[in-house]
Amino acid sequence: MSDLLKVSSSPHVRAKDDTSRIMLYVILALMPTTVFGIFNFGYRALLLVLVCIFTCVISEWLFEKAVGKKSTIGDLSAAVTGLLLALNLPFTLPVWQAVLGSIFAIVVVKMLFGGLGQNFMNPALGGRAFLVISFAATMTHFEYDGVAGATPLALLKSGEAVNTLDMLIGRTGGTIGETSAICILIGAIILILLGVIDLIIPGVYIVSFAIFVCVFGGHGFDTSYLVAHLCGGGLMLGAFFMATDYVTSPITPAGKVIFGICLGVLTGIFRIFGNSAEGVSFAIIFSNLLVPLIEKVTVPRAFGVVRERKPKEVKADE
Amino acid sequence: MNKNIERLYNGLWKENPTFVLMLGMCPTLAVTTSAINGIGMGLSTTVVLVLSNMMISALRNIIPDRVRMPAFIVVVASFVTIVQFLMQGFTPSLYASLGIYIPLIVVNCIILGRAESYASKNPVIPSMFDGIGMGLGFTVGLTLIGVVREILGNGSAFGVNIPALNDYHITLFGLAPGAFIVLGFLVAIMNVVRRKMEAAGKPLPAVQGCLSGDCSSCGLSSSCTGKSLVHNTPEEIPVDPKDVAKPQPETKIEVKHTANAKNTEDVEKSGSDSSYADDDIVGKEEDK
Repeated sequence: MSDLLKVSSSPHVRAKDDTSRIMLYVILALMPTTVFGIFNFGYRALLLVLVCIFTCVISEWLFEKAVGKKSTIGDLSAAVTGLLLALNLPFTLPVWQAVLGSIFAIVVVKMLFGGLGQNFMNPALGGRAFLVISFAATMTHFEYDGVAGATPLALLKSGEAVNTLDMLIGRTGGTIGETSAICILIGAIILILLGVIDLIIPGVYIVSFAIFVCVFGGHGFDTSYLVAHLCGGGLMLGAFFMATDYVTSPITPAGKVIFGICLGVLTGIFRIFGNSAEGVSFAIIFSNLLVPLIEKVTVPRAFGVVRERKPKEVKADE
Repeated sequence: MNKNIERLYNGLWKENPTFVLMLGMCPTLAVTTSAINGIGMGLSTTVVLVLSNMMISALRNIIPDRVRMPAFIVVVASFVTIVQFLMQGFTPSLYASLGIYIPLIVVNCIILGRAESYASKNPVIPSMFDGIGMGLGFTVGLTLIGVVREILGNGSAFGVNIPALNDYHITLFGLAPGAFIVLGFLVAIMNVVRRKMEAAGKPLPAVQGCLSGDCSSCGLSSSCTGKSLVHNTPEEIPVDPKDVAKPQPETKIEVKHTANAKNTEDVEKSGSDSSYADDDIVGKEEDK
């Protein structure tokens, strides 16, 4: 009775989704990849995953305690950051380096800029970039089955043949979470079915990257080369789980397409013309920085508004 | 003499060029890969700053107002050339590691800023102490950044290897992003300390200086010293530079030192007619 007569201002209908629920969905969708990574690389992978999640949550809690803010660890975003960061690390990485990377991701990339919703780049990738630059040797040391070797992408870059079936399933060297394209796709389908992400950004990203590889890769339309590039490295993980981060991707429809093209072209340039074999993380970070500009130039026209003297209007808003 | 000591205190702490005024950011970020580099850069800048402050102060009644910038540059450039040759002769390794940043002392914000805002309006001896204070403040700032970056990035301090850190080098701190991060954290720590001091009943006077930190535009235009952008009260967040540029009444009450107050007024006077373009227009109107 009292509920029916309650007087309140709009909105009257609320969705169940809140930050912690969406983050829970993301963790759920990452589970196939995580479990496969642990199964693939052994207990050290599990150790790194736990250490990263624990450090991220604790450092967010400590930072908020230190500056006298309300604790936000309940929204699970720190746990997602820790999990994503761990999936981006080789399982042989020393634990203290993983701890440093987690602290950097949370404190410097996220909290110093104002916490969730204010960070200008994906915290997990910021942490990864910090680690790649600081500890290049351990971050690019990959082992599989106890044998140190190059990742499929590095082999591909040096012109050697790779087994695309192994890459699809994930029986190759690489970071903990990036090897198995199938597991990542299962997670991505879960996210899409739950409505957490839409297909525009990852779709445009992967298609534009594939076109770039066909045009500039030097192999033309070679299916096995193309599949190797798509399944190798962090492309799948980055496209579905990190490029779609709500905070650091555009919200306008046209902006999402531009963002995806940016990602695809940058990844292609880094992989084919760059020194390193992999470039997904830096492509995403770089595109994250462009997001405010992309959103500024792609503001959709409001319904019923006639477009006139458009360049001046955009500037007057600033 | 008390005024001279106040100048030293002013440069080292109250208006520390690195952590408070944020002047001379290019050498601050670029050369502080090690503590020795920081000290070397800081001391060579100090020497140039002291000498140029004295020279400009001695010539302050001879230099015409309209050509004061070129005149300052010539004075500063002469001293920089002397320092550069001395360093090349006597400290070749430091000279090699500082590289282009020694000749770039000519356009260092701090030197032109102090010449414009202090030395050109005050007698020789206070100008000398102002130069010493500012120079030592800069040296302390650069050395602090250099020590932190060297320990974290290279596992050594002042060139001495620290065995405990042999396996724990974080390369990022030796690179440009590390410089920004270390500077940011040191400024934050400094602000916390200043705020604590303020809460303890020692209110610090308002701070002058530019926030842009852009040396190239800053050093070459006279607009660098004309603005008071930073005010050290936590409640006030500068939103619009135009609002903050106007000195607020409470700011003036807080200014304790007479020399500094005079300084503020002088700076604002010079700021109003500093632009050469304005001078030309005024001159033409007078001709008509």
